[in-house]
Amino acid sequence: MIVRLRFTKNGKIRFIGHRDVARIFERALRTAGLAVAYSEGFSPRPKVAFGLALSVGYESDNEYLDVVLAQPEDLEDVANRLTAALPAGLDLLEVGEIDRHANSLMEAVTSCEWVIDLATDDEAAVRASVDAMIAADRVVITRERKGKTVEDNIRPDLLSLKVSMNPETSTARITAELSTEGRSLRPAEFLGALEPSFEVTRVRRTHQWISHGDTRIEPHEADVSRAAHPNVGAS
Amino acid sequence: MWTEIEPLLDNVQKPARYIGGEGGAQEPEHASDKVAWLLTYPDTYEVGLPNQGLQILYEIVNERDDAVAERSYAPWTDMEEQLRAAGLPLFSVDTHKPADAFDIIAFNLSAELTYTNLLNCVDLAGAPVRAADRTPEDLLVIVGGHCTYNPEPIADFIDAVVLGDGEEVIGEITDVVHAWKNNDRAGGREAVLRQLSQLEGVYIPSLYEATYDGQTLVSVLPKCDDVPERVEKRTVADLADWPYPKHQLVPLTDVVHDRLNVEVFRGCTRGCRFCQAGMITRPVRERPAEQVRTMIAEGIKRSGYDEVALTSLSTADFSGIEDVIKDTMDDPSCSQVSISLPSLRVDAFGVGIAAELQRGRRSGLTFAPEAGTWRMRQVINKLILEEDLYGAVDSAFSQGWRRSKLYFLTGLPTETDEDTEGIFELARNCVKIGKKYTGGASVTVSVGGFVPKPFTPFQWFGQNTVEELRRKVGVLLEQNKISRGVQFKWHDPEATLVEGLMSRGDRRLGPVIEDVWRNGGVFQEWSEHFDLQRWLDACERHDVDIEWYVYRHRTEDEVFPWDHLSAGLHKDFLWQEWRDALDEVGLEDCRWTPCYDCGACTGYGIEHVVASATPPAGGSQGTGQNLAVGGAVPVELLSKSGAVVG
Ligand code: SF4
Repeated sequence: MIVRLRFTKNGKIRFIGHRDVARIFERALRTAGLAVAYSEGFSPRPKVAFGLALSVGYESDNEYLDVVLAQPEDLEDVANRLTAALPAGLDLLEVGEIDRHANSLMEAVTSCEWVIDLATDDEAAVRASVDAMIAADRVVITRERKGKTVEDNIRPDLLSLKVSMNPETSTARITAELSTEGRSLRPAEFLGALEPSFEVTRVRRTHQWISHGDTRIEPHEADVSRAAHPNVGAS
Repeated sequence: MWTEIEPLLDNVQKPARYIGGEGGAQEPEHASDKVAWLLTYPDTYEVGLPNQGLQILYEIVNERDDAVAERSYAPWTDMEEQLRAAGLPLFSVDTHKPADAFDIIAFNLSAELTYTNLLNCVDLAGAPVRAADRTPEDLLVIVGGHCTYNPEPIADFIDAVVLGDGEEVIGEITDVVHAWKNNDRAGGREAVLRQLSQLEGVYIPSLYEATYDGQTLVSVLPKCDDVPERVEKRTVADLADWPYPKHQLVPLTDVVHDRLNVEVFRGCTRGCRFCQAGMITRPVRERPAEQVRTMIAEGIKRSGYDEVALTSLSTADFSGIEDVIKDTMDDPSCSQVSISLPSLRVDAFGVGIAAELQRGRRSGLTFAPEAGTWRMRQVINKLILEEDLYGAVDSAFSQGWRRSKLYFLTGLPTETDEDTEGIFELARNCVKIGKKYTGGASVTVSVGGFVPKPFTPFQWFGQNTVEELRRKVGVLLEQNKISRGVQFKWHDPEATLVEGLMSRGDRRLGPVIEDVWRNGGVFQEWSEHFDLQRWLDACERHDVDIEWYVYRHRTEDEVFPWDHLSAGLHKDFLWQEWRDALDEVGLEDCRWTPCYDCGACTGYGIEHVVASATPPAGGSQGTGQNLAVGGAVPVELLSKSGAVVG
């Protein structure tokens, strides 16, 4: 039985790394008494698969983890037991069963939506900069690839850019949908390409999208037979 | 002050060091009439978080109604820079309170090279680094841990020192500070320190005066009549009374020893003459096997860990070891759990146990023969026969391990090049044994420079010079060339010199430590930050003759800077041990042979707490056999069932 977990990474815990999250889930699954299937071979590994890594310091409303359970479990029960075992900030939102043949999260997700809060309150300046980027034919950045410096045009990876004001802080905010196909475009790379550069205060992943032609869904809607929603935030 | 710290974390490496929120972490409620402890480890979070001593005290204090405890760790240099630039102090990771919201900052000192970090933490906490400059409102700076058996080099910077086990005395200190604090701090610092000096196990350096005759230390004596002439260490008589930590902290990020740790006994009576930990923690006090089982089962259930380490100075000597292991492996709730023994005894029995324990991959096993020849091992009283080591290694390779790591010391008393070269002779023979089982057999030899420590028989020994240690490393490198399958690692002799300076230094080193700290010498345990020149320059500026402190052999009439402190051990016992060492005469383990009155029990009216009167199986190491011949090695392997071997 494969379950897809949807969870947040918010607050202080945003400062832990991707591997740390993996280890926390490994322990939480054990504390919750959920037996995870192990790979065969010389050094067996638990069969868990994360989606796209989230950089240290970034928050997220929608993170995903696929877990192969060794035996069938009641989804409601899985949700409640795991919720109790997870630390504050990694809040479980949903548990669904996915098809054995479902695409892995890495393959399936085609883009992510990011909400990026900037330190500046000069919305017009940010808008001008973003508009210039949208108007450009090519936006070239340099990246390291196998130890070599290469130039990449990221313009095709900019799927949507919107500028607004964050009402709480009265500072400028960019909502960006960035492609994850091929070499996934990171928020930091996009921000580095803006002219002039702006100081960033907070980055949050709000959605991960799976696009098929004109329709797009989120991973918890894909190949999911049943879903259970725990009480969000209860622990 | 979380909101002030949070923005800084975008600019530092490993920000998870500063967020707290571990499993088992507490958010105690402070109040003006409560005593607030800031328990601090003067090194990085990764090294400090697993420290069991601090975790035990954290729980004990937080169980009280009149006190709270939180934790902090030395911020890495990038975070320190951020804090100083923002004008922010050291903070607790539990509720992110500034250090000045606490009454006491207490450090665990387990390594001399962290002393400059202690100064840095006190300074970051907003208190004057010199105890004499502090006001009644400033933090009380208290230290505990193994280094405090000679706290004299840091005497200028600390208010109080705890000798020995902290479980009981932390409550007594809390009582004194509580009463003082709720009485308007009447009498100032002087008053509270004077009261603390009345507690057994508490040493107040400022109440003692050191006198010198030229270079020579004459005495360290109390300045007033009611202050004890000699401060005795504290010993918890029965570990069963202290089943802590009950909620071991489960970190959110990478730390060392990231597993459940259950202390199975404290103390060691094997009597290795170089080993300070063994000498100062006598006698042996075992935890009842039943309690060990409960602590494992509950700890595993609560933490989600799949590994438990049974900790002590020599876990294979735990009299309940076979039962505990068997019960744990048979317990269905522990079916995924692997047990590890961080201190493996060098014999086939130890490996037999390890083989039972380690499920899954067998990468490497570590042994510590400590010296390369039987003669040298008799000098240091680490009575391992060559056959013991070969038996252990044979057993390891035959049961699927592919690598062994061997720990040695160099620079030991009476050491000759033959002894030094013997290290590689042992290693080569181990490789040969390994090749019988696997072509890829390899042996790593790790060599540290020996630093004589207070309260050991070797406290009279003049440490090897940096040049001599370097020469010995050279001898070993030559050997390494002709030893296929052996990897060689060694400890920096320059760091060994500074450790030696701190280990047996006196109060005159205070200005040197302060100088090194003021010149940016923090994190001296880290090779990227250690710089010997900084220490040499500071010694020169403050007229400290480093060679006199480190390289000089002491005579019987030497007054040590720690003579007014006591770990229970009689000085004449240690002296006799020193003479016996030079005569290459070994000493048996007093757990299973008659007491020879070292003082650790006799002086305090306590005794060994050992669940079983019979010595554990296997090995010649002090189990009552003729030490000169070692005797047979009766190896009893546990049944194979239950272990999943990958
Ligand atoms: S006092 Fe006796 S029994 Fe106790 S540790 Fe010393 S020698 Fe052993």
